[in-house]
Amino acid sequence: MKAKVHVYLKPGVLDVQGKAVEGALHGLGWDGVSNVRVGKLLEFDLDGSDAEAAKGELKAMCEKLLANTVIESYKVEVA
Amino acid sequence: MAFKAAVLVFPGSNCDRDCKTAVETTVGGQVDMVWHEETALPSGLDLIVIPGGFSYGDYLRCGAMASLSPIMQAVKAEAARGVSVLGICNGFQILCESGLLPGALLRNSGLKYVCKPIELKIENRNTRFTSAYGNAQSVWMTQGNGDGNFFADDATLAAIEDNDQVVFRYAENPNGSVNDIAGIVNAKGNVLGMMPHPDRAFEASLGSADGAPLFQSLVNSLQTA
Repeated sequence: MKAKVHVYLKPGVLDVQGKAVEGALHGLGWDGVSNVRVGKLLEFDLDGSDAEAAKGELKAMCEKLLANTVIESYKVEVA
Repeated sequence: MAFKAAVLVFPGSNCDRDCKTAVETTVGGQVDMVWHEETALPSGLDLIVIPGGFSYGDYLRCGAMASLSPIMQAVKAEAARGVSVLGICNGFQILCESGLLPGALLRNSGLKYVCKPIELKIENRNTRFTSAYGNAQSVWMTQGNGDGNFFADDATLAAIEDNDQVVFRYAENPNGSVNDIAGIVNAKGNVLGMMPHPDRAFEASLGSADGAPLFQSLVNSLQTA
């Protein structure tokens, strides 16, 4: 299975990279852009065929390592 | 008895030798360097220092990979026994990632790496790390980090404040840290994490000797214990 894990700073946690990117986009003329958030996407192969079990594993990986839940939230996908 | 300390060394640590020299210069004693793949620490330690640097190249998050190094299990066990643990800069990040301290360090609000001498207000002078500061209200150390912006959610922050766990605050906030926080201890008071470097400010020739009392405080705490 292909796993995808998205990690973002939580809403309410200041994303200074997002702010900088937003400012740069405005500078290029895209004035309609707002609330830019910069996150991470991790992709990897995962053994097994049970998508629900895999999602459980991915969530455990996020809680233990892939995300710092003090500041980040995450979303997992399997395909 | 001579003071006994260990300084952890991760791939990418760059203040490990500074920390060793700081301890040796300010309080003397024996300082062992301990590679992160070790599973045990020397026995009878008075202090474990987790130094600054860029452990594992800051991969994933600052301190995230280092917090899972084998030696950190030993550090957690020693911390639970009450041994003093000092995490400076990347060491503070590692302590937060490992769960030994609350909160997390975000990218500096100004997006820039902040590298300069910095004034700190001593908020709690009753800790084992600050008793030797006497009545000093503020001290100078040096700051050198890109991710020093301390963050904790409201409930955690209230608990840290109510419990007098804030040890140092910035006189002028350089990075957006919530409540100007520069350094905190755990609830038990034996684990200190701080972004400014006492290990770069322990003798006058470095521009400030204000880091020295921090190490001397630890010696005092052993004598009065």
